[in-house]
Amino acid sequence: MAMRRDDCVRLIAQQRNEAVIVATYQAAFDLMRIAPHPLNYLSVGAMGQASSHALGLALGCPDRRIIVLDGDGSLLMNLGTLVTIAGAAPRNLIHFVCQNGCYEANGSHPLPNRDVDFAALARGAGIADATSFDDLATFEAALPALLRRPGPVFAALQVVPGDPSPQDYDAIHGAATRERFKAALHSPAIP
Amino acid sequence: MIMTNQARPSGADIIASLKSARVGFVVAVPDIVTSEHLLWPISSDSDFRLVRLCKEDEGVSICTGLAFCNQRAVLMMQQTGLMDSLNVIRAVAVEYQQPICMIVGLQGKEPDRPASASAKYGVRIIEPVLDVMQIDRITIDAPEDVARLAPAIERAYALSRPLVALVGRTVA
Repeated sequence: MAMRRDDCVRLIAQQRNEAVIVATYQAAFDLMRIAPHPLNYLSVGAMGQASSHALGLALGCPDRRIIVLDGDGSLLMNLGTLVTIAGAAPRNLIHFVCQNGCYEANGSHPLPNRDVDFAALARGAGIADATSFDDLATFEAALPALLRRPGPVFAALQVVPGDPSPQDYDAIHGAATRERFKAALHSPAIP
Repeated sequence: MIMTNQARPSGADIIASLKSARVGFVVAVPDIVTSEHLLWPISSDSDFRLVRLCKEDEGVSICTGLAFCNQRAVLMMQQTGLMDSLNVIRAVAVEYQQPICMIVGLQGKEPDRPASASAKYGVRIIEPVLDVMQIDRITIDAPEDVARLAPAIERAYALSRPLVALVGRTVA
């Protein structure tokens, strides 16, 4: 069983409560289509780096929740991040991994092994609060508590693509996106 | 060119420079050039929050997140880690114009010659690589060179540009 990624992204965005969402590749494109927001952090620069940007944000802004929407191929390019996050232990970091088993943005070629247990990897790295979801109703029911619990929290989401989202790389890498984010992060109007 | 100054840069002076430049976070993979008299003291200095990394490119992104929060950081690593991180440095530090400040130990550099004249390929290419990438750099080979560090960090944050400080002698 698997969930549509855009349904997962929609649920998370609906419950963000002004949290920063750091998103990469297909999850970023879905987020831009479904829930544009100045606190969407999209400029991660290089594959695999989303959770590391998020860790920096979590440590630098400890009073704000930081949510990561990672990909499985991306996380595998920076797997040590799980150990680094566990060591730094930010209480405001929630790390979701959209697990589709392939490099969707690059032609949907499969991962070297599609059946990775990311929650087990996260627990093994030292993130005790690590779970997996493959059913949308179960995920929806669990999400409010996931977003409230002290971090670091990790959840692997078994997903398939939903509706297609435009792959707007210019927006992701453009300076305007980062300027808008920084202004929002420090705006008193956005708590 | 033969360098005659045999005195080594001081870790205590580098730490004082970091504090002077209002650096609060140190993000690091251990490097033998800076290990004993820089990273170990930093690890027990309550003025710094040390984030230990598994891999150097993580540090570029962590420093970027911190910069968005107006928190100053330095990334410490060996030149091998710098080379391993070039794509993230290219994308985030250079193309996104982020103030990523890196202290890079040149493991294997001979003390009697500049890095560009090293017999070791892995040392000799570092400055040309940084120049091609148009990354600002300073060298810290002698005690008096440490005075360059704080102003260079201030400049990096003022201009939102990356900086590499190459440490060519084992820190004392």
